[in-house]
Amino acid sequence: MTKEETLAKIDGQVKNNPCVIYMKGTPTMPQCGYSSRASQAMIDTGEKFAFVNVLADPDIFQYLPFYQDWPTFPQIYIDGELAGGCDITLELAASGELLRMMKAANEKHAASSAAE
Amino acid sequence: MSLEQAITQLLTTELSPDFIEVDNESHLHSSGKGGNSHFKVTVVSDAFEGMGLVARHRKVQQVVAPVTGGVVHALGIHTYTPDEWQDRGYEIPESPTCAGSKHG
Repeated sequence: MTKEETLAKIDGQVKNNPCVIYMKGTPTMPQCGYSSRASQAMIDTGEKFAFVNVLADPDIFQYLPFYQDWPTFPQIYIDGELAGGCDITLELAASGELLRMMKAANEKHAASSAAE
Repeated sequence: MSLEQAITQLLTTELSPDFIEVDNESHLHSSGKGGNSHFKVTVVSDAFEGMGLVARHRKVQQVVAPVTGGVVHALGIHTYTPDEWQDRGYEIPESPTCAGSKHG
């Protein structure tokens, strides 16, 4: 895929999933400590979230850093916005803000799906 | 000049920090001792006042990019205002190891 096609694909994933993490590996088999800790923080909220394994998609691995001008993995998107990488996600989790943000995003998405 | 010193110098010039610590944590990872793969930056500065976390991290990433680009695999970033730094008891967060719990 070209860069433009890949960025459009990422944009679709971010817009269609209220909570999504781009990570190395999967939440059950993370391949990097930073991805492991960030996905574990999301699991700990008890809220639903999607994940994309960047190691399984070379195009996304290459072009994701350009999507929101964020150079590293993991990247966590909540309600269509970049929430942060590993460090920010852990800080948000520690303050309880991660749960609040994920819950709000999931409820908003459920409400708009029900209205359709 | 080591990469830690170069990172420290750039951030000091740009952010006039109250506190800054740059740790080379490459020895915790497969790159081995002496590598320049993993760094952790802790910066306390008034410049972060009123900025969200994403904006703060972008700022740090942009400032250090000239020396870390293409070299550094992982850059942990912890940013605080002087008040936030006091609230957390002046404690630097711990970094994860590369393969998480698998490598202990």
